[in-house]
Amino acid sequence: MPFSEENKEKAKLLISLYPQKRSALIPLCHLAQGQAGYLARDLIEEIAQMLDLTPMEVIGTASFYDMFHLEPVGKYLINICTNVACMLNGAYELLEYATKKLGIEVSQTTDDNLFTLEETECLAACDNAPCVQVNHRFFFKVTPKDFDELISQLRQDKLDIPPHGVLIRNLRTLPKATSETEVLQERIAMDEARARRENK
Amino acid sequence: MSVDPIVTARFLYEDSYTLDRYLKTGGYQALRKALNMNPEDVFKEVDKASLLGRGGAGFPAGRKWSMLAKNPVRYLVVNGDESEPATFKDRNLIEKDPHQIIEGSIIAAYAIGAAQAFIYCRGEFALGLERLEAAVKEAYEYGALGRDIFNSGFSLDLVIHPGAGAYICGEETALLESLEGKRGFPRIKPPYFPAAIGLYKKPTVVNNVETVSNIPWIILNGGQRFASLGGGSSTGTRIFALSGHVKKPGYYEVEMVKTTFRDLIENYGGGVRDDNQVKFFIPGGVSSPWFGPDLLDLPLSQEEVAKNNSMLGSGSVIVVDVNSCAVRVAWRITKFFYRESCGQCTPCREGSGWVEKIMRRIETGNGREQDLDLLLDSLDNISPGLRWPPAQTTICVLGPSIPPSVHSAIEIFRDEFLIHIKEGRCPYD
Repeated sequence: MPFSEENKEKAKLLISLYPQKRSALIPLCHLAQGQAGYLARDLIEEIAQMLDLTPMEVIGTASFYDMFHLEPVGKYLINICTNVACMLNGAYELLEYATKKLGIEVSQTTDDNLFTLEETECLAACDNAPCVQVNHRFFFKVTPKDFDELISQLRQDKLDIPPHGVLIRNLRTLPKATSETEVLQERIAMDEARARRENK
Repeated sequence: MSVDPIVTARFLYEDSYTLDRYLKTGGYQALRKALNMNPEDVFKEVDKASLLGRGGAGFPAGRKWSMLAKNPVRYLVVNGDESEPATFKDRNLIEKDPHQIIEGSIIAAYAIGAAQAFIYCRGEFALGLERLEAAVKEAYEYGALGRDIFNSGFSLDLVIHPGAGAYICGEETALLESLEGKRGFPRIKPPYFPAAIGLYKKPTVVNNVETVSNIPWIILNGGQRFASLGGGSSTGTRIFALSGHVKKPGYYEVEMVKTTFRDLIENYGGGVRDDNQVKFFIPGGVSSPWFGPDLLDLPLSQEEVAKNNSMLGSGSVIVVDVNSCAVRVAWRITKFFYRESCGQCTPCREGSGWVEKIMRRIETGNGREQDLDLLLDSLDNISPGLRWPPAQTTICVLGPSIPPSVHSAIEIFRDEFLIHIKEGRCPYD
């Protein structure tokens, strides 16, 4: 499925924010994931076309980043941090509990395509260890009991968590105010003024 | 001794992230003041504050700015890709006071004459990205961004750029590659600083989120006053992120030098959980060598910590109590580097895997007698000499960051490694 008309407009705006098109690659991949849940092949091709790249260049870049999925994942991506601060506060015990609870191993997706479980690196919430993210929304100091509750609420669709796409709620809405040439003229004038001051 | 916080002052308000609250608490006054000054004078003020970069390397911000090559097009990039394990100051600054970062960025951009500014925010910070983007929108509408800011003739566009999950993108040249839409591969040095050749091959300044957050205060109160806090080269206040086995983990903004690690852990952190003893603590993120409890009275000063062969790094302190296994902590740190090595340089790519494998073997009770020697030899091949600061054989400092934790673990807890190997199990399991 190609980009929706709405997302095409968003993509155009995102591209226009950068001095060089290719810079919009990561934001556009986020946009694609927000629409399809993962980087579907036809969306990759569309991104490549918009940025004057080859699909391989898009895949080659996207595959470097942990947040991009080249294969479908569950509706809810559950990331459990096991880095030092979380580990010292029971993260591995929680991770083991989660695999049993969901009946899957780390990096697998449940049969109903609802949950994908991942072990992740430090999420910068070490004062609330162990911490968990669901589609990159935080849950703090999660005990096995909290985890049960979390899963049950997610199953009932009770939590306000957007499906996929970390940027789905906050893509840029304002265009750039100044063009590169205008900025350049302004800066040259500023530099000349500075040089005059220095020469005095 | 406690001083008034500088960058976390607004955190006590529930709505600290809104423009409304920001304006009520003196927001954008520094920008108005700065735009009435010459860019050179703004630069001088920040230089006078001798504000050290808060990202991890601790390089003076003023000097970074002064190295900028003379090219009409320059860029400012603010590094909000916080991912050093146990560091959580930038996420809080982004979520709780995005306008302060934006105001600091505009002032910095004015001082260096940047054509455009970018804030690179870690991709996993969904809420942070939302708050930053909303704040940017508010700032444009308020007239603090865009054309002819506050009728000064100065224009600036600011773009919030999301990351996508890669620790290495915190390294400034990798960050620039990522911002150019490429894999986050650190660039070959020289040039050592993006100030010469940076984003799109143009002179670029990369400053940390906490660094730019200090700028509005410095402009309003003067660099001199900032420099009068702390001592030596460690001026001002700094956010220390305290985690691990403390009763009250959290981020605490304290005056540098005047506070010791013991103060931080006991007075701010409420002491060790279950009133246990400290076994060891990590003074500045997982890249730094560990300290035993004998160094608890060391002040939070960049020089003092450096004298004791470690670093304050990103200002994150992890406390580990006596009931925990040092080998396990060291293993988890190597696992992190193994996962996050970008794969460009052999010593880091291969070495991190080797070291992780050996460490895992020892921790799970499958260690061999020769493993400790093998481990030290592998570490030595990543960073020859195993000295501090570490020697570098790789493009960036991720490689040399692998040995210090394991090496210091072996130095302090050699017996514990030997028990693991001899008994074929972890004594703490």
